[in-house]
Amino acid sequence: MNYLGWLFDGANWSGPQGITQRLIEHLGYTALTMLIALAVAVPIGAWIGHRSGGGVIVTGANGLRALPTLGLLVLLVTWIGLGFTGPLIALLVLGIPPILAGTYAGIRNVDRAIVDAATGMGMRGRDVLFKVELPNALPLIIGGIRSALLQIVSTATIAAYVGLGGLGRFIFDGLAQRDFPQMIGGSILVAVLAVVLDLLFGGLQKLLVSPGLQAAPRGARRLRAVPSSRQQDPVAEAA
Amino acid sequence: MTWVLGNLPLIGDLLVEHILFALIPVVIGLVLAIPLGWLANRTRIGRTIVINLSGLLYTIPSLALFVFLPAILGTSILDPINVIVALSVYTVALLVRTIADALSAVPDLVVNSATAMGYTAVRRFVGVDLPLAIPVIVAGLRVAAVSSISLVTVGSTVGFGGLGRMFTDGFQRVITAEIITGIVLVLLLALVVDTLLVQAGKALTPWERAGQGTRQGAEA
Repeated sequence: MNYLGWLFDGANWSGPQGITQRLIEHLGYTALTMLIALAVAVPIGAWIGHRSGGGVIVTGANGLRALPTLGLLVLLVTWIGLGFTGPLIALLVLGIPPILAGTYAGIRNVDRAIVDAATGMGMRGRDVLFKVELPNALPLIIGGIRSALLQIVSTATIAAYVGLGGLGRFIFDGLAQRDFPQMIGGSILVAVLAVVLDLLFGGLQKLLVSPGLQAAPRGARRLRAVPSSRQQDPVAEAA
Repeated sequence: MTWVLGNLPLIGDLLVEHILFALIPVVIGLVLAIPLGWLANRTRIGRTIVINLSGLLYTIPSLALFVFLPAILGTSILDPINVIVALSVYTVALLVRTIADALSAVPDLVVNSATAMGYTAVRRFVGVDLPLAIPVIVAGLRVAAVSSISLVTVGSTVGFGGLGRMFTDGFQRVITAEIITGIVLVLLLALVVDTLLVQAGKALTPWERAGQGTRQGAEA
């Protein structure tokens, strides 16, 4: 268990290549990607869901499961060159679909009776979308966001392989130096970060979602890490 | 294309290695998940534990799991066992929940009929509950197998084998054809395995195809 020595050595936490710095980098990549992904995916998903039509999106998003992240990453970096652009595109390719699918499915799954009632009360398209559909769709939207977040945090780790910073550095630098405690320490940090971020968003979900919708969180859970089954065809679209 | 033709033996070796790395864990995971799913379906506490623990395990990024398992298992850091165990863990995390859900969806009427016909608990589980859960289990297996096939490639960054080698090698030597071939092969492998699972599921549940004269099992 002296594997853990590296992690608890204060000297490894500071400095330009210390844990704190790498953690900030990792969070920075994640935050930037998430912001872009949200700005792109939520409006498009909401618009398509509101206007109806376009179920291709959801199945297409599930098809991405088969796409090897590492392959996409190295391919983009080989084409574009080292730097942040390649990894950023890879992160977006992985992060956008779950949010898009979650938003779309969330809006589509809003009970038609509620939408009709809103229209009957005199609400216009805009009001229906913002005051009725979006709040009702929130569990699935946040489910999609959590799913995207996990993808991005874990892929940002692999991005260290193509020369980026972040917590993945410890894994690859440790490997290069045969410094296994560093590798293991780095991997534990990545795991803890992923779990903590997911829990935070789980808490956020409880805070933001209307109490009336809390009773049925199943749909939301399904759409995150493990969309459950039945109508999905994971690879058909991808291949 | 020239790269592919010149490297067929290498590609074959990596493909075989990849299939072993990806699919052995799925089999192990399925075997472990059935009894665990049964347990989770029986008790409320079991269910809570299973749902939370599987959610937690599924949250851990694969690369991290590959690397820190040695600290728990006491294996050497590049032992292939680590990848097998890690992917088995994901498969179990995914399937336990699916199986618990599938079992709880078996109609009470069918369960009670089987009991009334004299089935013992074990025989009923194997002969009635489990077969009726097959369609949902297959759906879960498809997700598990496809993810597993894709995740094995991540291990190549820390030296494990499989088709991911084509990504690391293609990256280091800047051979775009090699990277693209790797991506295509992974997608094709996923498609083939997925199709096989769908067919196997159909073969195992003849009663699902109504109107073909093969209704002999329980009708849910």
